[in-house]
Amino acid sequence: MEQDKGNRGSWILETKHLSRVVSGKPLIEDISIQVERGDVVAVVGPSGSGKSSFLRLINRLDEPTAGTVHLEGMDYREIPPRQLRRRIGMMTQTAFLFPGTVSDNLRFGPRQQEKDLSEETISRLLDQVGLAGQAGSDVSHLSGGEAQRVSLARALANTPLVLLLDEPTSALDEGSKQEVESLILQVVKQNTLTCLMVTHDLAQAGRVAERALLLKGGKLAKFGPTQEVFDAETLLH
Amino acid sequence: MLKHFFTNQLSLGLAQAVVATVLALAVMMLARKREIHLERDILVALVRGIVQIVAVGSILVLLLRGPQWTSLFVLSGMITAAAATSSRRAKGIPGAFGVSLYAIAFGAGLVIVFMTWAGAIDTGITTLIPVGSMLIANAMNTNSLALNRFRSEVQANIGLIETGLALGAGSKQTVAPYVQSSLQASLIPAIDSLRSLGIVWIPGLMTGMLLSGSKPVYAAIYQFVILSMIFAASGLTSLVSTLLIRGHAFSPAEQLTLRPGIKFAP
Repeated sequence: MEQDKGNRGSWILETKHLSRVVSGKPLIEDISIQVERGDVVAVVGPSGSGKSSFLRLINRLDEPTAGTVHLEGMDYREIPPRQLRRRIGMMTQTAFLFPGTVSDNLRFGPRQQEKDLSEETISRLLDQVGLAGQAGSDVSHLSGGEAQRVSLARALANTPLVLLLDEPTSALDEGSKQEVESLILQVVKQNTLTCLMVTHDLAQAGRVAERALLLKGGKLAKFGPTQEVFDAETLLH
Repeated sequence: MLKHFFTNQLSLGLAQAVVATVLALAVMMLARKREIHLERDILVALVRGIVQIVAVGSILVLLLRGPQWTSLFVLSGMITAAAATSSRRAKGIPGAFGVSLYAIAFGAGLVIVFMTWAGAIDTGITTLIPVGSMLIANAMNTNSLALNRFRSEVQANIGLIETGLALGAGSKQTVAPYVQSSLQASLIPAIDSLRSLGIVWIPGLMTGMLLSGSKPVYAAIYQFVILSMIFAASGLTSLVSTLLIRGHAFSPAEQLTLRPGIKFAP
């Protein structure tokens, strides 16, 4: 079900027959999609449909058993994994902050390239995520919503091209959920990021994404404008 | 008490073994009452222990009459067996046997060679094999502790490790804190033995030396030498195994493969 855009130049991310089989069990089967620069794509589907497994293949946290991913036209197997993961940032359901301060966490990614973030950059990143003045705070004192904001700022510190979001608000309370969702959307637009967001919440998918990818049993059921995908989802039910 | 009933040394030995086994079985039953099922492990270990030590004792009697170079083969065999035993404590880590073999051979082997060269271990087969076996056994225990701890630490911190990878960190860097804690934890028994030498623990070798006519002060100092060698062999083994095992938790594309339920499938 390849999308025919007819404009390869604008595709920042393309999966080609992407598949992963573990111990004989297919987790992802033959998924081919193209994502345009600046697109926000919601990855939806029932539990166990392979949403998170698909995302982990995109930044090569897991290895495809068949197929590949092209980033800006280049087969990602030709890009060193560390470099690839800097270009494709990730934010997960749990923030997994490193012990230390907020600024220690923001500095982690750039330090891997032997770069040190300036105080101004840290302030700018924290401003973007609504945590101005919290650079010196110990991460153990942060709330769930604040921790997710730090996680977002930490991913942005690597200046990625693509941002993968794996249910970033599902572990938060209702109030924080709305705040973090709006913040993500704002940051993604501000930084013209291409974004793939796994969510089990169709309403959230409708709010944040122009396009959606529906997975069923590890297979691509539908990829297209969010409303069309929702219609297909309803039909499938 | 047993000596009153058994005058023959072999019968006495067997009776002592039975009493010791009863104690071990009592521990097993106590554990069972607390829903901790160690029956299979304990029974297998007891049977293996007695069979192995009697077999080795009989072989040693023959070897001790043999030429000096046979000690090299005996120690190599011990190192291989130690690596096989230790690697079973690292289930799920591919290449654990190789890592254990290199680590124990390097740690225990280097200390044996160096201390034999320095004259602290006599080259005679009657000294080299018993002292060498002590070093190998302790290196094996340390290696088992290090690998087991490393696996547990990695599996308990998958989220943080993969977050590091996702931010572009190298695989070795993401597990560095767990390598460090595994190394430290594995050396606790060796450090505690050295620290409590003479207060909590008087090794059997000292008694043997005293019985064979060594001066008490020299016998005491030699216990310190032995325990220092054990610490050195254990430390080197743990250093090597924790350094080598890091690479076995990841695929060539720096993906964490040491995850529960994931066999080594890249």
